[in-house]
Amino acid sequence: MPLVSLSNIVVARSGTTILDGIDLDIESGEIVGVSGSNGSGKTTLLRTMATLVPPNAGNGTVLEARLGTPDIYRVRPLIGLAGHQATLVPELTLGENLRHFARLAGIDQDLVPEVLEVVGLADAAGLAAARCSNGMKRRTDLARLWMSSCRLLLLDEPEAGLDDDAVAIVDALIKRCVARGGGAVVVSHDAGALHGRCSRTREMKDGLLQ
Amino acid sequence: MTSTRQIVEILRRELLIERRAGEVITIVVPFAALALALAPLALPVDTDVLPRIGPALYWLIALLFGLQATMRSASQESEVSELEAMAGVDPAVRFAGRSLAAAVLVFGVLVALAPLMVVLYAPAPVPGWPAIIPSALLLAAGLGMLGVLAGDLTAGLRQRSALAPLLAVPLGVPLLMGSAQGFDYLARGAGILTWTLLLLATDLVLAIVGVVTARHLQEAKL
Repeated sequence: MPLVSLSNIVVARSGTTILDGIDLDIESGEIVGVSGSNGSGKTTLLRTMATLVPPNAGNGTVLEARLGTPDIYRVRPLIGLAGHQATLVPELTLGENLRHFARLAGIDQDLVPEVLEVVGLADAAGLAAARCSNGMKRRTDLARLWMSSCRLLLLDEPEAGLDDDAVAIVDALIKRCVARGGGAVVVSHDAGALHGRCSRTREMKDGLLQ
Repeated sequence: MTSTRQIVEILRRELLIERRAGEVITIVVPFAALALALAPLALPVDTDVLPRIGPALYWLIALLFGLQATMRSASQESEVSELEAMAGVDPAVRFAGRSLAAAVLVFGVLVALAPLMVVLYAPAPVPGWPAIIPSALLLAAGLGMLGVLAGDLTAGLRQRSALAPLLAVPLGVPLLMGSAQGFDYLARGAGILTWTLLLLATDLVLAIVGVVTARHLQEAKL
């Protein structure tokens, strides 16, 4: 059974078709790159695979959960999504954000100091997220993914706002997920950034995968 | 058990955010206190009407500003909804956690305003007044759920800040009646069971609506 299986998926919002019949299978151990220009539908594709956007038509399963059914709640903790913007509560510190996520997801919160060390933020654990730079917030997002045992990693423009050290963390994160038998999808407007990192790449254009 | 832990965790986060941001304490409560303090200025000074209308004004202002406190809580949702969803939190659990946090804030507003009302309006002493505390808790719970529901219904709309209270206030009328009339009956030495049951029934309806619609409403804004 593939990790992700999308068949003729259509997503439309406010009368605009964003995904126009997507077919995509992702097997265990695969790292799939999706490139495309701004507005081509890459982020919506990623959020559909993250089960956050229900399709208007077509069939799809993610980690054996059928999209658009209550099954998706069961698999969400096994999906690691990092979007354009870090998903943090601004009023909480970086450490509190990670502990909060850990407690919600049933992850051992004692892992927080360790993952903050991995992403190079051990000294910034007590800083409020609202006061951190975009790069620090994105590193915290990577720390969140590091401590969750996700089987499907979905990364949206993972290099945006990150320095070379942090990009190495992204690569380590992908390797770690694949080594566990999982898979990853990396989305970027820069096709060149995907080569060498991904086992195969597809291009997205006007809501269609080429 | 996991759901209970998640509800407690959401409650804890919301209260921590309020402690840091202080929006209810520094904005909502002072404005509510100001409304309570200014109301007598609109009345003739030589009347003895103040002690009689004080409790009614208190419940009305508690409804309006209590809902304002829940809207503050709801305003945080877009930033954390995705985080909660990806952590595997069921939408009904998210509704319960946020409603509980909103109810705590509303109850805080009620507690903060009560002494001010007593000082400004000097209502006649009500024997057995602690019997109104369960009604106040039910009012807070109801307003908490109503605020979260209204916030979810108007999520993503540009006019949200105006629409959410417009939607919530009329639906809060049974809560206002249950608490205000209950207190009035208590002051007259009558039983308040009917009014407490009205509050309880309203809370039950809101809880059922919230749980049943949680998946649709909360997923729609992701």
